[in-house]
Formats: sequence, structure tokens, C-alpha cells
Amino acid sequence: MSSENKQILTTDGIPLEVSLKKAEKKNKIKAFLLVAPLLLFIIITYVFPIGDMLMRSVDDKMVTEMLPKTYKSMEKWDGKELPPEEVFKAFYTDFQKLIEEEKEGKLSTQLNYTKNGFKSIIKKLRRKSKSFEEGNYKEQIMAVHRRWADVEYWRAIKRRAPAYTYQKYLKGMDMYENEKGKIVNVPEDRRVHRILWLRTLEIAFFVTVFCFLMAYPIAHLLATLPMKYSNLLMICVLLPFWTSLLVRTASWMILLQQQGIVNDFFVMIGLVSDDNRLEMMFNKTGSYVAMTQILLPFMVLPLYSVMKTISPSLMRAGKSLGGTPFVAFWKVYFPLTIPGIGAGCLLVFILAIGYYITPALVGGASGTLISNQIAFHMKSTLDWSFASAMGLMLLSGVLVIYWLYNKLVGIDNIKLG
Amino acid sequence: MALPKYTEPHYRIWHYVYLTICSAVFFFLIAPLFVIFPLSFNAEEFLVFSDGMKRLDPDAFSLRWYQDMIYGTKNPWGLAAKNSFIIAIFATIGSVLLGTVAALGLSSRHMPYKGLIMAVLISPMIVPLIISGVAIFFFMAKVGLAATHTGIVLAHIILGTPFVVITVTATLSGFDHSVTRAAASLGSNPVNTFMKITLPLILPGVISGGLFAFVTSFDEVVVVLFLAGLENTTIPVQMWTGLREQLSPTILAVATCLIILSTLILVTAELLRRRSERLRGINR
Repeated sequence: MSSENKQILTTDGIPLEVSLKKAEKKNKIKAFLLVAPLLLFIIITYVFPIGDMLMRSVDDKMVTEMLPKTYKSMEKWDGKELPPEEVFKAFYTDFQKLIEEEKEGKLSTQLNYTKNGFKSIIKKLRRKSKSFEEGNYKEQIMAVHRRWADVEYWRAIKRRAPAYTYQKYLKGMDMYENEKGKIVNVPEDRRVHRILWLRTLEIAFFVTVFCFLMAYPIAHLLATLPMKYSNLLMICVLLPFWTSLLVRTASWMILLQQQGIVNDFFVMIGLVSDDNRLEMMFNKTGSYVAMTQILLPFMVLPLYSVMKTISPSLMRAGKSLGGTPFVAFWKVYFPLTIPGIGAGCLLVFILAIGYYITPALVGGASGTLISNQIAFHMKSTLDWSFASAMGLMLLSGVLVIYWLYNKLVGIDNIKLG
Repeated sequence: MALPKYTEPHYRIWHYVYLTICSAVFFFLIAPLFVIFPLSFNAEEFLVFSDGMKRLDPDAFSLRWYQDMIYGTKNPWGLAAKNSFIIAIFATIGSVLLGTVAALGLSSRHMPYKGLIMAVLISPMIVPLIISGVAIFFFMAKVGLAATHTGIVLAHIILGTPFVVITVTATLSGFDHSVTRAAASLGSNPVNTFMKITLPLILPGVISGGLFAFVTSFDEVVVVLFLAGLENTTIPVQMWTGLREQLSPTILAVATCLIILSTLILVTAELLRRRSERLRGINR
């Protein structure tokens, strides 16, 4: 064949193409081996644990494993009326075993998540079951408390039968599966999470807007001033950037308190009277002000790095072609800064949506965000599976933005300082 | 930014409005930090400027909160500072080693799946800290490293490496690969080439990545709050507890020290950035 005749050979007599491919492959492996340690480290200590969170958030084996006989006997029960004697008997057997292992407290906590009111009746059952006689467990259990004779509670137990559940996700959106298996909203007065999600989005959105409005002019000034001045002013942006988050939050706590300097100033200029000082801390205002100042550098830096590359002659050209400075700015300069705006806004929004420390310290009850709720469930209620579910809901939102960011800006274009 | 003489009045006005806005924003950015300095020298226990301070009366100022910070008996600051530095130093070393090596691989043009791998490696920086905290806590609890220095150091390596990867890949993007080829053609082995040629050239990027990793670890509180026991307390954790419970001026003394530290880090980082740009021949 003619193509074979034309094939170029290396000095060893191997076709050049093969030899090149071999070298290429070697280089690929070399490059990959360099990345491998970090990649493995991150996957094992970080990516897998996030997967573990996912498992935890849907895992519902606990109750299933605590009441194995009950669930077996419940298979035939249609849930319309009170279950037959065999279910009660199986429940009694399971329950006795749990008392032996001292696990009945866990059961009551778990069942209480599904339906309120289990805690007390399980306690009572534990006390009374010591004197139970053999046979006719249905009557005996029902006699302990009238709720044990309520079919709703038995349906609640049955609902915990599957080993996996999406209940925690529903709970995170203030919804639940009712007795008939329909997904419905919880009563209005008990909706807490939806308010928090909306507030988180609202605060993140407005903080991003405020940051943009404040960062744009100063980034422009920094990019157009001569080097010796702009370097000096850059310190004003970089010093807060490098300063501890807690230090900056502390300074806002001092400034915004009722006897603080901001209030002093307002009193001095007569904006408010001395006995009527504004409450700016432990509410939304506190979260807004502190978060805007803390996240501002993250908006200034990407804007600055984009504006720095825009040649000033473009604006001059725009003006010389008859545009007023405003027209030249709007039609020429502004469109060129859009990549920087996108980068800055996405970065600030991502950071704001997951903020925890600052809202917890200056936000009070009305300024806390979804992160605070996650921390609350991790530390106080110890409902880790719910915390995981909320965390993953937040994460999926962030990942969408991260993906967008990657599409628009490119993840390797992130610049620091 | 002097305006040309022919500028029309309304643009002139607009220009001054613009400068005023800019000054206000700069003030908003930097002023809060300066509230802390004077108040940390307050002789009284309150976090407001006393009348004496307003009159600049020398008696209204004192170093008692600094004394309390260092010698105070019930104060955990000594332990916290020790822990913070130990953890941050080890986390920095770990992040720099892993991050630099990975960045070398990532900037090779032969690297397969570059975008995907980069996205995974950067993710700890993007994922909200509270989620990282929960996930890392589950992991450390499982392997028995919760409430140990090792666990916290590992957690901070996770959080610190993205910064090193970003800064070092950025430095390598302007790197002239013909110098390493020249070294190789002159008979140098890869390790020798790296130590003698590549490393000195990318050192500014490595150090500034290290600074980021150090600051990330030194300032990190969310993950430590999940992981730390009483013995692993760090400065940020102590500040967090202090700010939540009793806001004492001792915290402001600590904060002042932290601001001084961050100023030093800022100066170092800036000098390095300029040096790196000079080395890479970028003139801005």
C-alpha cells in the first residue's frame, strides 16, 4: 500500500506515529501521577464524605431494624383500621427486646419525628409493659394510653417501614407525607424552613447587588488611576480581605450596637433622638451591612482585573466618535466589563448563600440563614440526617451556580489578589 | 485624575460626585478595622468610647486588656494561639506540598480531564463551609480523628489546597517550558531540574499560595467548631465563643494583634505578587 511506503520511521525502526503516541501516553501518565496524590486525598476525605451525607439524609434503617417483627406482621395490614392482634404481639416482642438493649428511648425519638406524641406513650408503655400478661396484647397495649388505640399512630409506625426515605427533604421544604401518602404543606404557622430559604436567597441577592453597586466605581477608579495612587488605595481593599472574618464581625458588633459609634453619629447629626437609638444589630440590617462589607473585596478584585485590561483609548474613541461620556461608558466600557461583573456577582452570591459566622453573630433571630439552621440541627437537636438533607439541598443550589460560573468564567480563571 | 480644562460643568460635577462615592466606599471598607485599635486600649470594661477617651485623657487609656490577654489566668488565649499556629503551619506545609505537585501536573498540556479534575480540586473553596464542616466531621468521626490536631490539620489541608493550586497554576501559566527542556538537554534529571530551575521561578506563586493556605487555616472557624474538643481550641474559636457570650475588650486586644498580623501578611503577599509579575515579564 502506498501509505505504508510513506510512513516515517524513527531511528529504531518504529513508525513515528506509534512512537509519538507512546511518548504522549507516558507524558499523560506522568502528569496524572503528579495530580493523583491530591486528587485521591480530596476524594477520600472530602468527596466521599459528601456522598456519605447523601446516604445519611435518606437512610431510615434505624427504625426498620428496631422493629423487624412488627414490620413483617404489618405487611398484610391495609392501614384502614386498627392492626390485628399479631401486629400488637410482634410489636410487644420487638419492644421487649429494645428495653433489654435500652434502645426504646431512641425509638421514641425517631417515631416522634414522624408523629408528635410518641415520646410520652412509649415511656408509659415501657412502665406498664412489665406487668403485662401473656396473650391478648392488643387489649393490654391499647389500655396503656388512648393514643395506642388510635389508628393514626399505627399508621405512623408503618410509614417508617422502608429503609430509605425522602422525608427529610420534604421537611426541609416544610412539607410532609400525610396519612394517605400525599405530599402536603405543613400548617402555615409551623413553616420555618421555607422562610429561611427565601431569606437566605433574599439576603444573598441583595448583598450581591449592594456589593456590585459599591465595587463598580472603586474598581473603575483603581483601574484608571496611576499606579502609585492605585497601589495605595488597593490596600484598603486587600487589608480587609486578609483580615480575620471574626475581627471584622467584631468591629461591626462594636459599630452597630445601640451605644455604638454609628448610633452616636446619627444622634449627633440629629437623625434620631438619644433615647430612640436605632437597633441595627441582631436583625437583618446587621446581616446586610456586615456581609456587604466583608464580601466587597470579592467583588472588587475580579472587576478590577477585568477593567485593568480595558484600554482607555476605547473610551476616547467612543467620545471622539460623538458619544457623550455617558454614552461612551454605557455602549463601550460597560459591555467590556460584563465578564468581571459575572465573576464577581457569582462569587459573592455563592459565598453569601452559605454564610454562617457573621449572621450568627450579628443577625439575631431575623437575620439568620439556612447555614445557621444546619448548624443548629448538627449541634442542638442532633438530627444529623436532617442537617445532611438541608446541607445537600443548599449544595445542589451552589453547584448549579458553580457550574454556571465554570461555563461563563472558567474555573481556572479565578484570580486571587 | 485631573480633569482637562475644557470639561463641561455638569461632567465636572459628576466627576466630583463619583470621587465622593468612591471615597465613601473606601471609608466603608477600611474604617471598621480602625475602630478596634483605640477601644482595645480602653481603661474601662465597656466597648464604647468613654468620655475620657473622647477628651484624650491619658488615664482613660491602658494596656490592661493586653495584660489580660497574655497573663490572664482564666484565659485560653495562650493555648489557642499555640494551637492555631501549630495547626496552621502543618496545614500550610501539607497544602503547599500537595497543591504545588498537583499544579505541576495540571499545567502540563498532556493532562487528561483537566477541567473535571480542576473542578473537583477547587470544590472545597466553593462549597459552603458549613457543608464542608458537616462532611469532614462525619469522616473524621468515622476514622477516629475528631477532636485531634491531626483531624483539624487534615481538614485545613482540604480547605487550603485550592488556593495553592490556583496561585501556582497561575504562575505556571506564564512559565517558559523551554528552560526546563534546556536543563534536561544539558543532562539534568527531572528532580534536579525542578529544584534548580522550576521551583525558584514559581516560588513567588508557591509562597503566596502558602500564605493563602496559612490565612485560611488560621482564620477558619466553622470546620474547627465541628471538629475541635476543648484542647484543640484555636484563636478563631475563642473569639467566636467570646463574641457570643461576653464581649470583653480582651477580644479587641487579640483582634488588634490579628490585624497587625494580617497587615504583615498583606505586605508579604503584595511584594511577592510584584516580584512574580516582574519575573514573568508582565508589566502592568
